[in-house]
Amino acid sequence: MQFQYELVAGDFTKAGYASSDLKKKMKQLNIPTSAMKRAVVALFEAEVNVVAHSFGGTLTADIFKDKIHVLVADQGPGIPDIELAMSEGYSTASDEVREMGYGAGMGLPNIKNNCDSLDVRSASGCPTEVEFTINFGT
Amino acid sequence: MKLTEIIDLVEGKVLCECGDLGREIESAFSSDLMSDVLTLLTDNMLLITGLTNIQAIRTAEMADIAQILFVRDKQPTAKMIELASETGICLITTRFSMFRASGILFGHGLPAVY
Repeated sequence: MQFQYELVAGDFTKAGYASSDLKKKMKQLNIPTSAMKRAVVALFEAEVNVVAHSFGGTLTADIFKDKIHVLVADQGPGIPDIELAMSEGYSTASDEVREMGYGAGMGLPNIKNNCDSLDVRSASGCPTEVEFTINFGT
Repeated sequence: MKLTEIIDLVEGKVLCECGDLGREIESAFSSDLMSDVLTLLTDNMLLITGLTNIQAIRTAEMADIAQILFVRDKQPTAKMIELASETGICLITTRFSMFRASGILFGHGLPAVY
């Protein structure tokens, strides 16, 4: 089953809507709680990243029997140094984002910690694609 | 520790009652940094925070946290209460500071997450 959501840059009132909706869908599908928890945290971190740092984008999630596959694609401005962005504590967040309680440089590292596979594709001035999979296990 | 005991100890006011207030809470975590809260995969915990914006509720929802204690009489907005109600999160306020509320609860045996 595929689900797609538009993510609006800077709109923190709606940040979390996609993750919340996917959480409800995974609950209905009786996905094991621990896998669902990891998936929801990774989804939410990815969603907040787009709202906080990009010009907007989309989140596409495919839920299979045994896994969830997620592709989050934004319209830029891109990540100049992916390795640096993946290191805990590094952040380029604005004061507004920090006032929301985010911007501690934990987003991408936390996605990585909760995923079974993660691929981040980006460059300065380009769109960013974050693709990850979480296996549901048994 | 039961949630009702927590409410008594911090002289809390319940703004949004979701579920049984007699439920057992196993630990607590104090933070205004939602990025930190999202790194927790702990069950049945209390979040103690001074951050009163909608993202505090969203973060609790994602982290499966069903009870939030707001310190220093910080008042959640109507939108926050509405979202908490929809997602089954109990909201409590206390006049105590984060340090004092955390100290009282820890002193009475509520374990820290770390």
